[in-house]
Amino acid sequence: MHGTGLLTPVLEVEDLRTVFLTDAGAVRAVDGVSFSVGPGEMLGIVGESGSGKSVTALSLMRLLEEPARIIGGSVRFQGQDVLAMTADQLRAWRGDRAAMVFQDPMTGLNPVVRILRQVTEHMISHGRQTPASARIRAVELLRRMGVAAPERAAASFPHEFSGGMRQRVMLAIGVANDPVLLIADEPTTALDVTIQAQILDLLRGLNQDFGTAIVLISHDLGVIGTVCRRVAVMYAGEIVEEAETAAVLTDPRHPYAWALVNAVPRLDSPAGARLVSIEGGPPNAIDPPPGCRFFARCPFRIARCEHDHPPLMEVAPGRRARCWVTADGQPLPPPPIAAAAAARTPAPEDRPLLEATGLVKHFPLPRSGVFGKPGTVHAVNGVDLRLRRGEALGIVGESGCGKSTLARLVTRLHAPTAGTLRFDGQDITRLSAAEMRPLRPRMGMVFQDPYASLNPRMTVGEALAEPLLAHGRVASRAAARDRVLDLMATVGLKPEWAARFPHEFSGGQRQRVSIARSLALEPDLVVADEPVSALDVNVQAQVLNLMLDLRERLGLSYLFIAHDLAVVRAFCDRVSVMYLGRFVEEGPALDVFAQPLHPYTVALTSAVPEPGRERVVLGGEPPSTLVLPTGCAFRGRCPVARAACEAPPPLAEVAPGRRVACHFPGSFRP
Amino acid sequence: MPRYIATRLLSALAMALLASLVVFLISALVPGDPVLAQMGDIAASNPATVLEWRAKWGLDLPLWERYGIFLRGLAQGDLGISIATRRPVLDDIVQYAPATVELATIAFVLAIGVGIPLGIAAAVWRDTWVDSLARVVSLLGVSAPTFWLAFIMLAIFYGWLGWAPGPGRMDPIAFPPEGPTGLFLLDAALARDWEAWWDAATHLVLPAIVLAAATIGLITRTTRAAMLDSLGQDYVRVARAKGLRARVIVLRHALPNALVPVVTLGGLAYANLLAGAVMTETVFSWPGLGRYTFRSAAALDFPAIMGITLLVSAAYLLVNLLVDLSYAALDPRVRR
Amino acid sequence: MPIARPRWRRRLQRYGPAWAGTAIVVTWLLIALFAPWIVPYPPDAQDIVNRLAPPSATHWLGTDVLGRDVFSRLLYGARLSLTAGFTVVLVGAAIGVTIGIVAAWSRGVVDEALMRFTDLVLCFPPIILALAIAAALGIGTTNTILAMLVVWWPKFARLARALALVQRSQEYVEAATVLGLAPIRILGRHILPNTLGPLAVLVTLDLGNAILTFAGLSFLGLGVVPPTPEWGSMVAEGRELVEQWWVAAFPGLAILTVVVGFNFLGDGLRDWLDPKTRLR
Repeated sequence: MHGTGLLTPVLEVEDLRTVFLTDAGAVRAVDGVSFSVGPGEMLGIVGESGSGKSVTALSLMRLLEEPARIIGGSVRFQGQDVLAMTADQLRAWRGDRAAMVFQDPMTGLNPVVRILRQVTEHMISHGRQTPASARIRAVELLRRMGVAAPERAAASFPHEFSGGMRQRVMLAIGVANDPVLLIADEPTTALDVTIQAQILDLLRGLNQDFGTAIVLISHDLGVIGTVCRRVAVMYAGEIVEEAETAAVLTDPRHPYAWALVNAVPRLDSPAGARLVSIEGGPPNAIDPPPGCRFFARCPFRIARCEHDHPPLMEVAPGRRARCWVTADGQPLPPPPIAAAAAARTPAPEDRPLLEATGLVKHFPLPRSGVFGKPGTVHAVNGVDLRLRRGEALGIVGESGCGKSTLARLVTRLHAPTAGTLRFDGQDITRLSAAEMRPLRPRMGMVFQDPYASLNPRMTVGEALAEPLLAHGRVASRAAARDRVLDLMATVGLKPEWAARFPHEFSGGQRQRVSIARSLALEPDLVVADEPVSALDVNVQAQVLNLMLDLRERLGLSYLFIAHDLAVVRAFCDRVSVMYLGRFVEEGPALDVFAQPLHPYTVALTSAVPEPGRERVVLGGEPPSTLVLPTGCAFRGRCPVARAACEAPPPLAEVAPGRRVACHFPGSFRP
Repeated sequence: MPRYIATRLLSALAMALLASLVVFLISALVPGDPVLAQMGDIAASNPATVLEWRAKWGLDLPLWERYGIFLRGLAQGDLGISIATRRPVLDDIVQYAPATVELATIAFVLAIGVGIPLGIAAAVWRDTWVDSLARVVSLLGVSAPTFWLAFIMLAIFYGWLGWAPGPGRMDPIAFPPEGPTGLFLLDAALARDWEAWWDAATHLVLPAIVLAAATIGLITRTTRAAMLDSLGQDYVRVARAKGLRARVIVLRHALPNALVPVVTLGGLAYANLLAGAVMTETVFSWPGLGRYTFRSAAALDFPAIMGITLLVSAAYLLVNLLVDLSYAALDPRVRR
Repeated sequence: MPIARPRWRRRLQRYGPAWAGTAIVVTWLLIALFAPWIVPYPPDAQDIVNRLAPPSATHWLGTDVLGRDVFSRLLYGARLSLTAGFTVVLVGAAIGVTIGIVAAWSRGVVDEALMRFTDLVLCFPPIILALAIAAALGIGTTNTILAMLVVWWPKFARLARALALVQRSQEYVEAATVLGLAPIRILGRHILPNTLGPLAVLVTLDLGNAILTFAGLSFLGLGVVPPTPEWGSMVAEGRELVEQWWVAAFPGLAILTVVVGFNFLGDGLRDWLDPKTRLR
């Protein structure tokens, strides 16, 4: 434990208020936030998008841009008033004593400046190093951050690196001048789970080795739980709970924190448990309600909450919450335990709804000039898949593993390079677009990005009516309207919203529209490509619960593609783990995640940021899809790879219903 | 990188060949008959004379053969004989080119020197008077007809105020500097004839401003937009979080990224200056390619027009090639 | 609550130019439409006694070499300039967009061939190529417009192709495909409506360009046959008359205002279509 006690805190924030000036009025993004960070302490700030957590971070560094403005409160850094600093003082302080790492490593590095200069320039400009010594330190830092071949990397440009490598460079930039405080704003959100684990490890290491105080901002309480002892939960511009992270995770004292904790599916939650979701959205930020800001959505509200705005009160030793219900020190009740899940065993049929054999998809790359050799992206490299009627099959894997391509293959948005594909017994591998069209109504699809998957120029009503009219499913426009209202009711949208355009909806509502559209033609199969990964956890819970309901009510079959293991586990009967265009393991979802057999699955499950998980941090990154490795595709990163792995392992059945593509299944354990 | 250059070079060559075909086809296939236009009504009424003319100019051969002859001539620098001046077109071009090159180069330097700093300033001090000034300048620059602007400048600064010298490259009674390049400023400087240098320089001011006006407008606009985009990028925020000076952030982080579109435009702008010289030179009686083009067009002097078109397209292709190559220097992502 | 700037000022800054542009363009359109009824003198009426008269109460903008009323000729000139501008841009856009969308939709060899052809035309400086073609076709409005069309369509082809390619890969187009909608419906209901905005911006901004180019070619003596009132040729007629500045100055000013108007309108349209600037 790093001492706080008598030492001056590194950072003291008192009643910080930041607004966005808009035509409609001042949006209170940060509204009276107070906290402090001791030397070498790690504090997490968690909240959904729009809760004010990132604006808080930018306010601390005074990096806000028009039309945002700090209108009150104080920020003290080692006793010095940050808000009173002159421009010169501020510049001397930023990047020197206090540093910041941002969310998106792909855009945070200047594409036309060599890495070396980006790491060294502020060491030199702050007078910490000479150009020569800065160069040496830069290479050392890159090595410390786990950048392979740091000398060569320093001389390169950012585009030559993956997102994970770039985030390592960003961290090197952040700690270059040995700052006392590092603010990391969603540093791992854009990264895959195994890379995320590597970066979080680095952050912990920096804190231990250099005693750097870290403020980690994330939407993911699990991420914070693996790194930070203490957490502040933000909602609608306010801190609503502040306590030890472990305490919040097991016994949240603010209903919003309670909802946040219980909305997230976990790998170790009981099978078939429903996720807790709270309806509604955050309150108006221009003119917030007079009482508790969570009142309208709170499942535990009492009369007092409506008009009496609760202060942040000490509810137990060392923990504070902004809630009248728990003010007396009482814990909140645990979420209702779901009735034992209805046994979801689909009728074993001899004819699967969807069957793929040896499915392959290669994309030719355009030649790089007249003399260039045309490259090939090996997206999908031989996938066998059987989806039975009424079943939900999950496909998990990291970005670039080919799972989205697979979704587009089975819906025949892409034509397979090789292999066969059968839908309900009919071979659809080589059907033309016109021949596919009569089959289309039987397969729906839900896309990842709720913003991009709806035509911005069609109202929701038009978007839902279009397939009905195009396929002649309704006799008249009036009938179409009735059916549209039906569909909207099915997914929990209000009928009067039919005349609205997509941009008038929130992300979660749009995803409901997208689901409604996929159901319009009453399909047998719904292919969902990362349907919840762009959504906040609470909205994610709402959408997942909706999809589960629909599945039971309509008897749908799902092919569910996701990178989030816990989401797949909560939703699917069976799961296939994909790596470099192949399945490396498949089986019943509960078994696969409880007892993974392939080393990659083991690494994936252990990298899930849940507290108390035995962690194995997988080194390296997935190889390029341009040149496939020989033998087992995973052996380059595999901790237990041996000579035998030079031969490609078949996907073999090792136990009833469980198949693994590994010569030594189960030999690697955390 | 060498592969990138080779690819660009090859495609530029292919384009040049195709361009020569287009030029040839225009001159060969258009309905306006250059022979008739040149011969005058009386001679054209005699079929025998017409045939004789056609044979003389090789117009009776099949199309592909004529293209072959055209290409062969081209390879030897033969652009044909101007109907109006009765001299080889290439000789005419060589005679008139220096005046235009001098004018266009000065205008280009002016456009870059004003447009880029103004665009940067407008983006950095967005929504201030600097920005407003930049907007007005760029709007007027792109909206004012060049030929009209030339007239107005001449009327005000020469006719009314008398501050500037009249049309032409030099005072009519002065002797142009003798020199190898035909660029008066350079030749005068080489000959250390400072009186002539000053004379030539003052004559250049108005036409250079007029010719540069539209390009200043375009470059200011593009630089401003590109800088605004670049200043809004994450890497600029990272640079601010590093505690770098504003000057360093703007000039070393934002500007290099903003330069790519500006260079694209700047290259095209230089080629367009050569073309825009047609209007400016006509009003300023500037003895350059522009006025030659104008006179050739007025006289329907086909070999001359085609020669100029070909030459300017070649310059266009060359500039495009240079622009492509400079991408590689500016943006490491292009290098392969 | 502190507020950055008064609301009306931000509004004016954001929408002022667009409204000014609309006003200018509409005024000129009305003038072009009703020119025969509002001009004080017939545009060709010569008054040799009164030649090169300076602006006065009887001749607001003076008279030219032949004693024709500059104001009347200027109003008449709007007809030709606007007609030429609209014709070139609308027909050019129609040709270009068709080629661009066909290229984007067909991909492969057709796409490659069409785009190489477009590049080929783009490798000529537009004014020079138009000049060459116009000279080849002969003096006259129709021929000049034809020559301009030859060099005008490629930018629309490029933009339309780029836009269509972007739309094609949008998820909502994939969604429409998965729903089994016919390609023609996807093109008409999904792709085209979403490409119209940027195209409309380019068309508007380009109208000013086309008017400038047409006037330039007329100035060089190609656009119109002499007595026809046209702005570019009016400037050409007065270009030597530095003392009688009104002959050339006012037609040029007319061109300037029209082009400024279309620029304002185009910029306003772009801001209005851009959701990023429309928010806030």
